[in-house]
Amino acid sequence: MKRLLIILSLFISLTTLEAAVEVKTFESQQQELRYKKLIEELRCLVCQNQNLAGSDAGLAQDLRKQVYKMIRAGNSDDEILDFMVTRYGDFVLYRPPFKATTFLLWIGPFIILAIGMLVLIRFIRQRKNVVITTLTNNDKEKLKQLLDEDKEQDK
Amino acid sequence: MNRALIPLIAFIVLVVFLGIGLTKDPRKLPSPFIGKTAPAFTLPLLHELDKTFSPKSMLGKVWVLNVWASWCVSCRAEHHVLNSMIKKNKVNLIGLNYKDEVADARRWLGRYGDPYQLSVSDVEGLIGIEWGVYGVPETFVIDKKGIVRLKHTGPVTNKDVEEEIIPLIKLLEKE
Repeated sequence: MKRLLIILSLFISLTTLEAAVEVKTFESQQQELRYKKLIEELRCLVCQNQNLAGSDAGLAQDLRKQVYKMIRAGNSDDEILDFMVTRYGDFVLYRPPFKATTFLLWIGPFIILAIGMLVLIRFIRQRKNVVITTLTNNDKEKLKQLLDEDKEQDK
Repeated sequence: MNRALIPLIAFIVLVVFLGIGLTKDPRKLPSPFIGKTAPAFTLPLLHELDKTFSPKSMLGKVWVLNVWASWCVSCRAEHHVLNSMIKKNKVNLIGLNYKDEVADARRWLGRYGDPYQLSVSDVEGLIGIEWGVYGVPETFVIDKKGIVRLKHTGPVTNKDVEEEIIPLIKLLEKE
């Protein structure tokens, strides 16, 4: 048990690990929080499925620098995200905007869920039908007898 | 139809979709620059650092911007393709030397040949960010009005040159 806990705690520490140890000074704590949030939300383009915060790739370092510079220059979060999207496309965002090219990405899982629900409902209904249709009159008689016997035994 | 076949069919459909997914390169991204004005910049020339180049001077010409670096291994693979492209065709090829040391870059061109009309030096990689560069080498084709018409990420092959880049340049020359 103790060993399991140690192993689990290792995984927890891994998920919060950030690749970069960079010294960046901010004018306020709010700026620093914004910086941290932005580099969490922006994708590192050269590494599959890592954000800027988690990557040590050269491009990720440059883009972190760019985000930092823009925050210090007084740009808003939207301006910074716009800057990235006009250069690298929606792919740079971990939460791409909802539009014609991305609607399947957003709606897709719900469509699959709906299909799954329909299949499940049909399956349940069909099973009910099967139970009802296989009971012949003969079966019903037998069932009644059995139930009656049961009741008498209970008395 | 046999109901037992339904899961099998669903499985086959899934396998086909995953199979198609495997043939696609997840590193190839659509460029947001296609059809837009190429980002402006002014950078020193690699061979004459006191002189500068800016894309404005290419207005009225169809030209190709190739992003390269001496540290980039696949650029070396691409380099002989560019050399032979230049020999066979008339192409205005400009090099963007990305995040490189000037001395290393010059030595590299000296060793492998210099297909570029000129190269500009982007030591900090800031212009690379302006152009949305994420994987060197990258190649852009820009038309006479200064609009980006094609972006190729990764090394270009002879096939890319013959089937994509040169035909596009010829088409754009007529515009």
